[in-house]
Amino acid sequence: MANSLRGAAAIVGAVDAVSATGRLDRTVAQLEVDMISAALDDAGLTIADVDCVMSNNGMMASLDLAERMGVQGRFTDSTMTGGSSFEVYVEHAAAAISAGLCEVAVIVYAATPRSGTNPFASGGPARDPESPMMMWDLPYGSGLPAAGYSLAARRHMHQYGTTSEQLAQIAVSFREWASMNKNAYSQDIITIEDVLSSTKVAEPLHKLDCCLVTDGAGALVVTSAERARDLAKPGAFILGAGTAHSHGMCVSQMPDVTTTAYSVCGPQAMNMAQITHNDVDVVELYDSFTITALLTLEDLGFCKKGEGGEFVADGRLGPEGALPTNTNGGGLSYTHPGMYGMFVLVEAVRQLRGECGERQVNNVDIALANGCGGLLSCTSTIVLGTEATL
Amino acid sequence: MPRIEPATTPLTEPFWDATRNHQLSAQQCGACSSFVWYPRERCPKCLSDDLTWTNLAGEGTIYSFNIMRKPGNPMMADMVPYVIALVDLDEGIRMTTNIVNAEPESLECGQRVAVDWSVELEDGRRLPTFHPA
Ligand SMILES: [Zn+2]
Repeated sequence: MANSLRGAAAIVGAVDAVSATGRLDRTVAQLEVDMISAALDDAGLTIADVDCVMSNNGMMASLDLAERMGVQGRFTDSTMTGGSSFEVYVEHAAAAISAGLCEVAVIVYAATPRSGTNPFASGGPARDPESPMMMWDLPYGSGLPAAGYSLAARRHMHQYGTTSEQLAQIAVSFREWASMNKNAYSQDIITIEDVLSSTKVAEPLHKLDCCLVTDGAGALVVTSAERARDLAKPGAFILGAGTAHSHGMCVSQMPDVTTTAYSVCGPQAMNMAQITHNDVDVVELYDSFTITALLTLEDLGFCKKGEGGEFVADGRLGPEGALPTNTNGGGLSYTHPGMYGMFVLVEAVRQLRGECGERQVNNVDIALANGCGGLLSCTSTIVLGTEATL
Repeated sequence: MPRIEPATTPLTEPFWDATRNHQLSAQQCGACSSFVWYPRERCPKCLSDDLTWTNLAGEGTIYSFNIMRKPGNPMMADMVPYVIALVDLDEGIRMTTNIVNAEPESLECGQRVAVDWSVELEDGRRLPTFHPA
């Protein structure tokens, strides 16, 4: 492929900070620099090697963060697509490195909605009162993310016969993985009945269909494939990437709430990687809600549109299943500080490196990392592989 | 009824003025005939600026809905359970709205609904909601 990013760059540092208590005893600013320092140590690089910083934490986020660390960059990215920002950064870093625009990019995320302020407890983050969402959606009481996702779940049930039991199985499978992760916030095994009897939040979604609210932080280091080969730890090579969006923050503008932009970016990333679904050893995906996971698997093409409920019902996504998915426990059971996309990538790298201990999947060569931001708005898929897959 | 009061802008003033007379309206594009929701500076189908406010029949079909047991905003705590819906209007546009004056458990996707003007905002504007037809 003439313009492919396949094999041009690799993630060479990947760390996170997550606690089973859900709390981290550090400020966001402290966590950001601590994560970058740890990710550079993990990569065997130093801050002097860094010529690009990527962050979405505020106005001119990447510039402020670079300034705090004394980095003068030659490429930068403060793109804000919500939870998928970090997959977008990996895509952009690979493209920039491939084009010779920079050589070592660091990507960081930190948030403390559990020990600090959770914006959704007061109706969501502050927004421009003249933004479309504020004028045309929020007056109807849709301030919780679950409001929009429940509309997708209801329509999927109506159109395809998907059941609450099938959605619940997704939470059950991810919890099985979390039971093997000592840093997961929720580690106790649950049943479908536990999900169905948990508090109804926005029907048809229950509390256990919804992600956690925890503190969390992480960082990644991306560099050229050539440089990655000389580093101490094995790189996670970027084989494919794709980003797409269907609408902004008004769910009424999503043409079909049962089909996400993964149907565009997933095939693009997998074609670029020159892989088929059978080549995928682990899937790490953005499970803000059980329905998000189901739509993602359908739109990535692991099953046909509408057949996701049946696809997940046999526990296929769990430790005993055929498609290991969200091996850290996911946003439903591991951590979810508001933008979960960082943790999808960190776990994919760890699985490729064989660092996952009890929850390690055997012989992982290809991992799919998927981020979703907004209200099913902007999706991004990164295909990662070991050096052997190049 | 406590809600986030939607801002009025020069662009949206004709819409809100019509609600005072219990009239639902939307822009229609003179170039491609599409109805436009929500109000835009240009047509999102063809980018024409030839948009004209047009009265709507106020009838449609529930595309999807939920039942909010937890309020989407703390100021709406007294209103739960309430229903947020996506309604496909007969003119071919989809709105976020509430279904009111109905038993939430009885609603279904595909059900016919009609505009309801029972929600009055603090300044006398009405917020269009829908009830079963
Ligand atoms: Zn037009």
